[in-house]
Amino acid sequence: MTRGKAGYWWYLLPGAVAFTAVVAVPFGTNLYLSLTKWSGIGDPRWIGFDNYTRLLHDDVFWTSFRNTAAMVIAMVVVPTLIGLVLSATLFDVIGRRFGPKTASFLRATFYLPQVLPVVVAGILWGWLLRPDGAVNAVGKAIGLGEHDWLGDPKTALPMVMLVMIWVQIGYPVVIFMAALQRVDPDLYEAAEIDGAGWFRRFQAITLPQIRPETFVITLTCTIAALKVFGPIWALTRGGPNHATTVPSYFAYNAFFNKLQVGYGAAVATALTLVIVAVSIGFLKLQGRTES
Amino acid sequence: MTTLTLTRSRVARKDPDRYKQGAARWVVLALVVLTALLVLVPFAVMLMNAFKSPADYSGNGPLAWPKSFQLDGLKTYWQQVHFGGKLVNSIVISGSVAVLGVVLSLLNAYALGIGRVRGRMWIVALFLLANMIPQEALVYPLYSMAKSLGLYNSRLSVIIIFTVIQSAFGTYLLASVLGTFPKALLEAAALDGAGRWTTLWRVVVPTVRPTLSVLLIFFFIWTWNEFFIPLVMLIDNSTQTVPLALASLQGDRLMDATTTNAGALISLLPTVVFFLIFQRTLTRGVTVGAVK
Repeated sequence: MTRGKAGYWWYLLPGAVAFTAVVAVPFGTNLYLSLTKWSGIGDPRWIGFDNYTRLLHDDVFWTSFRNTAAMVIAMVVVPTLIGLVLSATLFDVIGRRFGPKTASFLRATFYLPQVLPVVVAGILWGWLLRPDGAVNAVGKAIGLGEHDWLGDPKTALPMVMLVMIWVQIGYPVVIFMAALQRVDPDLYEAAEIDGAGWFRRFQAITLPQIRPETFVITLTCTIAALKVFGPIWALTRGGPNHATTVPSYFAYNAFFNKLQVGYGAAVATALTLVIVAVSIGFLKLQGRTES
Repeated sequence: MTTLTLTRSRVARKDPDRYKQGAARWVVLALVVLTALLVLVPFAVMLMNAFKSPADYSGNGPLAWPKSFQLDGLKTYWQQVHFGGKLVNSIVISGSVAVLGVVLSLLNAYALGIGRVRGRMWIVALFLLANMIPQEALVYPLYSMAKSLGLYNSRLSVIIIFTVIQSAFGTYLLASVLGTFPKALLEAAALDGAGRWTTLWRVVVPTVRPTLSVLLIFFFIWTWNEFFIPLVMLIDNSTQTVPLALASLQGDRLMDATTTNAGALISLLPTVVFFLIFQRTLTRGVTVGAVK
């Protein structure tokens, strides 16, 4: 390599141009729009930080972030815990005593909802939960009666959470199983010789060994939970009475239904800030625990 | 790998207590299988109702076994939404994004990982940021831009947007893979008089082909499953994708339950087939992404 490094810049050119046009300029424009009042037609009117002060006093905005917390429970906390138990069971018990084929078949079953377009999953569940859908048919058959699961503000959010758990479970299972294969079996043997039981081994060896994967799962799923849109659109459109509104649906609604482009842009910017802050926090935490 | 399994099973035989062959293992298996069945229930119910006649459905409800095996729901759905056209749209959009996204990621990562251009840490961080930004924070300006450029409601607009969004992740992943590319191979290529362009295609690409194919498959399936930006950008029958076709019929009260189920079935079939074909690559890919 005698020609130095300058020539490599050419290879970044297409990426730089495309990135500028599709990400940087639109993002900058969005920032600008968030400081204006605009219906999408005519010229945006500069209003400074008014959209942001309005946001802070908007109950729906706070509801949307509370619902995001529910999404984090449904898409990160619960699937990671269940995934941990399932993958350890598949690896330790099923894989060893019933063969790796059985284990990988079951793993594929858990992963199946992950490959569907998430909005298709949403529509499928929307039908199952409809007043005349399959869930109520079961309810009637066992004498529980009917319920409008997605139409009742009390049950809508728990139902959306249930659907998201169903969608998400396969992801941690697949990653944790791969992680478990990486762990040195000698560690377990040594612990066993020392008389450590299954749970003790799980606690002292498995959990610390798969920490990097746990970080990756919690980070990527948290970002996904903060961004969630498709299932909300398909299941409830944010309703009833904002019970399932999330920030991304809130922004979409402001942009394209209410024609409050500036306000929508402010919501989107606030969401971006939260995502970036959460990611940086995660990466900092990861850096600290690893060093 | 084989020797490892051999020694382990020998240990197991020497010490039968190690894998207690008791009844407990069957209980565990039953519990896991039960969980797996619970995951499958929605698919089973959908499958059962996709093949019913509307009269059978309204007469006997969603849980009854179909009285007769009907293909009418599937036919109605296929024709009503021009499903063949949606399938073509999805394939064209996802296929183009997969190929273009991988090429763009590769060019970026070549400069960053092998070229080690100055400030590469910042550039990688910038691409990572682009991957994190919610699409909501880009969508309105992109929508206005597409309108003023005459690209609104065109597949091209979606292809361009997703090529860039996917390549943000691809750049991040490939740059770290190429950062550890064997120096000896590059030096050998230089000694043979290969320029950068030749080195990229003759030396680098063949070496990292497995990673590239994982990326290709992921970009394809991610783009296929995308909803938000296509919902905004693609508004009519001639441009919409498979997930949009199903979603846009959802509010339609005229759709009977059997057609909805048939529609859901046809819409998820391509992804399931794709998953079955590429299962191993996909699982490998999820892991590659996780371990970096």
